Amino acid sequence: MRELSIPIDKKVLYGLRAGDIVTLTGTIYTARDEAHLRVLEELEAGNDLPFDTKGAAIFHCGPIMRKYDDTWHLLAAGPTTSARMNSIEPDFIRATGASAIIGKGGMSQPTIDAMRDSGCIYLAMTGGAAVLAAKGVHAVRGVHWLDLGMPEAVWVLDAVHFGPLTVAIDTHGGSLYAAVEEETRRRLPSIRRSLGI
Amino acid sequence: MPTLQALEDALVDLIRTAVVELPPDVVNRLQEAYDQEDDPVPRMQLHAILDNIALAKETNTPLCQDTGVPLFYVTRSQSLSLPLESTLKNAIERATERVPLRPNAVDPLSRHNPGTNTGPHMPHITYAVHDKPYTEITMMPKGAGSENMSVLRMLTPSQGVAGIKEAVLDAVVSAGGKPCPPTIVGVGIGGSADIATSLAKHALLRPLGTDNPDERLAALEGELTEALNETGIGPMGLGGKTTVLGVHAEMAACHTASHPVAINLQCWAARRATICLYDDGRIEYV
Repeated sequence: MRELSIPIDKKVLYGLRAGDIVTLTGTIYTARDEAHLRVLEELEAGNDLPFDTKGAAIFHCGPIMRKYDDTWHLLAAGPTTSARMNSIEPDFIRATGASAIIGKGGMSQPTIDAMRDSGCIYLAMTGGAAVLAAKGVHAVRGVHWLDLGMPEAVWVLDAVHFGPLTVAIDTHGGSLYAAVEEETRRRLPSIRRSLGI
Repeated sequence: MPTLQALEDALVDLIRTAVVELPPDVVNRLQEAYDQEDDPVPRMQLHAILDNIALAKETNTPLCQDTGVPLFYVTRSQSLSLPLESTLKNAIERATERVPLRPNAVDPLSRHNPGTNTGPHMPHITYAVHDKPYTEITMMPKGAGSENMSVLRMLTPSQGVAGIKEAVLDAVVSAGGKPCPPTIVGVGIGGSADIATSLAKHALLRPLGTDNPDERLAALEGELTEALNETGIGPMGLGGKTTVLGVHAEMAACHTASHPVAINLQCWAARRATICLYDDGRIEYV
């Protein structure tokens, strides 16, 4: 398991290959559908974002947060289905210069292309493993756009050995999901025969 | 009969248990799946899953941030006279605050989230009645990742059992990594459109490793489990030997001109918890 720190060194980033297992240490921003849309709107309007996205790690996640002693605490924070962001992620990656997207289930070809063009990787986190994910977050540093609601706001997380994460899409267009799909397709005729269909 | 307050407290506890702990049959099957994998990627997925289950229990925290929508299966004693619906609603509102649950239930038209996990038909209750001196209440918190992969196919009778197998194979392959595999595959066969879909959901409540009393369904379950695990989709769709933890099928007689088949997938976080309310006032956690 490789321990990466954010921002990820360019040489390290381009050296990663689909199938590698890593952890992340540094600042992670959560962003789901609504936050993606607002980032693009703000940038299009020529406004500065309230957080620095260049080389950032973006986490597809709608956490369970609780505020006590005037501080936000993260209770559970597993990844959400990344495919929901398929239509906006290519623009998001190109516009922000993010270097890592953390999620589950993989993303479509236009995102894979944008990742190859801009130098960004997709890190698959185990879906449902929300308490394990929270263990890798040592503090909630802040929140932006809380008007979007708890799950959709941008939470600024202080991650320490966050993971384990699997490099599922690399900067060279390699995708673990595509490889698995191809293997499944290859096996289907014999599976059908065994079922008598 | 328990007091109303005792019932509500017990239901809040039931909800907490349901979202924090996985039943032993599910944990054991996940452990077996981990032992079978030799490739590092699926091994790591299953290792993270098992670690997460232990951590959630240790810290009394919901094991997944998607605490689902609250579904209840109630088998009533003939003499139960407590107002179950309003008590379940109160219990869900309290649990949302205290456990806490993520507020997931929204108005389907406005998408407004009242923040309470309640609304029209929510919590949802499926009733049955039996002659025994207790009422059994099971909670199933059902997440959206797996529920969104549900399928109903109104096949033609001539498609026969082959059509059922094709529908199940297609549902699991199309879903890929999205429903958080390894999944439990609930299959509802026959009845009508609504009966098939509720049978498919209900089938998910049967503990893994228990035999289907119907020999033909048991054989179909075994055959499908083996075939689906040959797809190589694996844990979280990243490849591996275990794509499904099991296939559970239930059936109802159907119209001679119909052949409904429904498929409901359950993510690896196959959460369910049960309590029994005895007519004499005792409350027992199953």
